[in-house]
Amino acid sequence: MRPFSYERVATPAEAASAAARTQGAKFIAGGTNLLDLMKLEIEAPTHLIDVNGIGLDRIEPTPEGGLRIGALVRNTDLAADKRVRKDYALLSRALLAGASGQLRNKATTAGNLLQRTRCPYFYDTNQPCNKRKPGSGCAAIGGYSRQLGVIGTSEACIATYPGDMAVALRALDATVETVKPDGSTRAIPIADFHRLPGDTPHIDTVLEPGELITAATLPAPVGGTHVYHKVRDRASYAFALVSVGAIVQRDGSGRVALGGIAPKPWRVEAAEAALPRGAKAVAEGLLAGAKPTGDNAFKLTLVERTLGAVLAQTRG
Amino acid sequence: MKDDDFGITRRGVLASGGASFAIASIPPARAEIAPASQPMPAAMKVALTVNGKKRELEVDTRTTLLDALREHLHLTGTKKGCDHGQCGACTVIVDGRRINSCLSLAVMHEGDEVTTIEGLGTPEKLHPMQAAFVKHDGYQCGYCTPGQICSAVAVLDEIRRGVPSHVTRDLNARPRATNDEMRERMSGNICRCGAYSNILEAMTEIAGRRG
Repeated sequence: MRPFSYERVATPAEAASAAARTQGAKFIAGGTNLLDLMKLEIEAPTHLIDVNGIGLDRIEPTPEGGLRIGALVRNTDLAADKRVRKDYALLSRALLAGASGQLRNKATTAGNLLQRTRCPYFYDTNQPCNKRKPGSGCAAIGGYSRQLGVIGTSEACIATYPGDMAVALRALDATVETVKPDGSTRAIPIADFHRLPGDTPHIDTVLEPGELITAATLPAPVGGTHVYHKVRDRASYAFALVSVGAIVQRDGSGRVALGGIAPKPWRVEAAEAALPRGAKAVAEGLLAGAKPTGDNAFKLTLVERTLGAVLAQTRG
Repeated sequence: MKDDDFGITRRGVLASGGASFAIASIPPARAEIAPASQPMPAAMKVALTVNGKKRELEVDTRTTLLDALREHLHLTGTKKGCDHGQCGACTVIVDGRRINSCLSLAVMHEGDEVTTIEGLGTPEKLHPMQAAFVKHDGYQCGYCTPGQICSAVAVLDEIRRGVPSHVTRDLNARPRATNDEMRERMSGNICRCGAYSNILEAMTEIAGRRG
């Protein structure tokens, strides 16, 4: 690990201004992904700003009937929250499908959104990777790509966004709230939060330097049956090959978001109109324009079949 | 003849062996996004409670909680396995919750209460979970065991507090300490000897005792 200086801050505004003051600074909360990457020197911040003392650890009702989840709410606490379990079961299910008990006890809502890809070539510093070292090339294309992306990828990068929580947030139409170093705030729809790689795959999100996530906000509950189905190589504690998060209403209408296949949680609202016609029709709409590799073309079939299983489950 | 007749301990050999390796080894891959002005190593004070005792340390900011416990406080019960949060050997309980001590900086634990395997029980007075691991042979080589036991104790507490898991059928009902629940919740602790079924036996006995 490279040396770094360290400070604790007491308010979100202090955190954002500390980040603006120090070049090469990063926020740290749970640290479960950042410290892993710092040990490998894939991340090498010169300064860490510990944001664990700034509050933002509550889940509060919003005037619109939804929930505002503080950036520092731990994954365990979010999944176990009674209101989330009852009205946003998809979110509980997605969180519980991810990581291990130890990690969920540390990992935060904001940190989970910002976790970086698990592409093996991003992790292997002996390999070229445009996400880790812009302009160096992509060893995943033409390499071992079984786990990697099939849609939304580019000539520069085929890495996936690895998380589960954000897939649920995408289906739930969540909003990410932030504060910038100048004190201004903004609300970013989750659909716009993660970027497609294009020719700048090293930039994962639309956050500006020093911009701090303060909360994720859920709109009022939409009802329906919530299912999160994660297909992976082990029954527990593994990243998704394909995951399907769905909310299906009694009349067969609903929403679907996918994980494990794209650089961001993948949802195509137009494809959801086909839900009453079944998994095949929806999968066609979701995966239009997919460019799988020889290693991961199986994911296209797997999406359709997983979606089929999910729809069968929602019908009871 | 005992090792210490020569003043040599297994730990001493490991430590000196480690030092010569460090000199001979190749430096790790250079950070590719490191800015030009990398600061000098920085030391910082941190005060925390470990197994009921107040401890004050001065550590390099890079020191993980795991290394602080093992190398600074010489509590070597907590083990370093993968050092990347994948194996669970480093599991300790901080403020009542199990975490991977390898993925946490010591300086981030100011004022925290840490419980390690040494704080759960002693050879003379084992924690019930430790005794159950012995009774049910919940280990073979023993390297993952401290992490398994810390995790197991915390898992039963999580179930008691109603924290749901991936296999909890009804999210709105209280989870029970079933085999499936405990297996899922222990998935962050790897045992390469494969003592899983005996670990479950040990946990089942303790879960049953607490009703």
